[in-house]
Amino acid sequence: MMSKIVRTMASLLILFALIYGLYIIMHGHLTPGGGFQGGAVVASGVALLIVAFGSDNIHKSLKEHHLSILESSGALIFIGLAFGGLAIVFFYNFLVGSSIFGHIPPSGPNTGDIWTAGVIPFMNIAVGLKVLAGLSAILLVMALATTVMEVEE
Amino acid sequence: MRKIAIAVSLSIFIAFLIATAFLIHPFGYPPSEMDDYIIENTQSETGANNAVTAVVFDYRGFDTLGEATILFTAVTGVVMLFRAKKKREK
Amino acid sequence: MTQGTPFNVPFLAVAALIGIAFYIILSQRNLIKLVMGLSILASGVNLFLITLGYREGGVAPIYTHAPAGVMVLPVPQALTLTSIVIAVACLALMLSMVIHIYRHTGSTDSEKSRIMKG
Repeated sequence: MMSKIVRTMASLLILFALIYGLYIIMHGHLTPGGGFQGGAVVASGVALLIVAFGSDNIHKSLKEHHLSILESSGALIFIGLAFGGLAIVFFYNFLVGSSIFGHIPPSGPNTGDIWTAGVIPFMNIAVGLKVLAGLSAILLVMALATTVMEVEE
Repeated sequence: MRKIAIAVSLSIFIAFLIATAFLIHPFGYPPSEMDDYIIENTQSETGANNAVTAVVFDYRGFDTLGEATILFTAVTGVVMLFRAKKKREK
Repeated sequence: MTQGTPFNVPFLAVAALIGIAFYIILSQRNLIKLVMGLSILASGVNLFLITLGYREGGVAPIYTHAPAGVMVLPVPQALTLTSIVIAVACLALMLSMVIHIYRHTGSTDSEKSRIMKG
C-alpha cells in the first residue's frame, strides 16, 4: 500500500479510466477503438488500483474466480452472437437493417450514428468484457503471487 | 562451436530479411484489391463506420474467435499456475 | 524504386528488429532475456504488419468525420490488433512460467539447472 496522496489520486483517477474505457468499448464502431482497446484501458485502471492499494486489499473485493466467470460469459456471448447468423453463414451480421442497431449510415464521411453496425456493438461489449476480465485476472494473480514471494524471502 | 553456428545461421537469416526488405513492394504503395473492396463496401454491408472493427468482428470473425480462445487459454494457464502454488504452501 | 521512401527504410527497420530478436533468442541463456527477445519479435511483427498496410498520404480507415484522401488498408491493422492481444497474453503466460522455474530451481539460467537441460 502506498501513501495517502497516491491512494486519493488513484481513487479519483479510476473513475476517469473506467468511463474512458467504457466509452471506447461502446463507440468501437464509430471512432478508433473497440473491445480490445477499451478492455485494456479498464485493465490498466485495475493495475493503477493494485499499485496504489496493494494486491491484498484489492483481492478482498475483486476475486479472480469472479473475473474468470465474467470472462467466460463474455466468450459465450461472443460465440452466441456468432451462431446467431448461422442461418446465412457463421459470423453473418444478422442485425443490419433491423430495428436494433440496424441503421445503415450514408456512404462516405459522415458524423456518426450510434444505432448502426448490427451485431458489432454487442460483439464489442462481449469482447471488451472478456479482455477486461482476462487482463485484470492476470494482473491480480501475478501481483498476488509476487507479493507472497517477497514476504517469504 | 555454438557461437559459430549461431553466427552463420543468423547471418543467413538476416541476409534473407534484408533482401526481402528491398524486394517487397515500395513503402506506401501496397497491392490492395481486397482492402479496396472492404473500404468501399464496409458501410453498406456491415453498417459500421470503422472499417477496422468491421474487419475484426465481421469479415474476419474467425480470427477473433481464435484470438479469444488464446486469451482464454492464457488466462486459465496463469490462474492455474499460481493457484496450484498457493494451495501447496498451506 | 522510383516512388516511396528510398531503400524501403521502414521494412529495413522491421528487418533490424526481427534480426535483433533472433540474435537475443539464439545467444542468450537467461530466461528473462529470452522473454524480452520474444517480446521484441512480437513488436517487429506488429511493425511489419502496419508498414505493410500503409498507403502514401493515407488516413485511418474510419468514416466518422473522415478527412479527404485515400485510406490505409484495414486488414493488416485488424491483424495487428489481434497480434497485440495475443502477444500480451503469451507474455503473461511466459513470465509466470519463468517465475515458477525460478522458484523451483533458484535461477533463471536455462542451462545451469538440471531440469531445463533438454
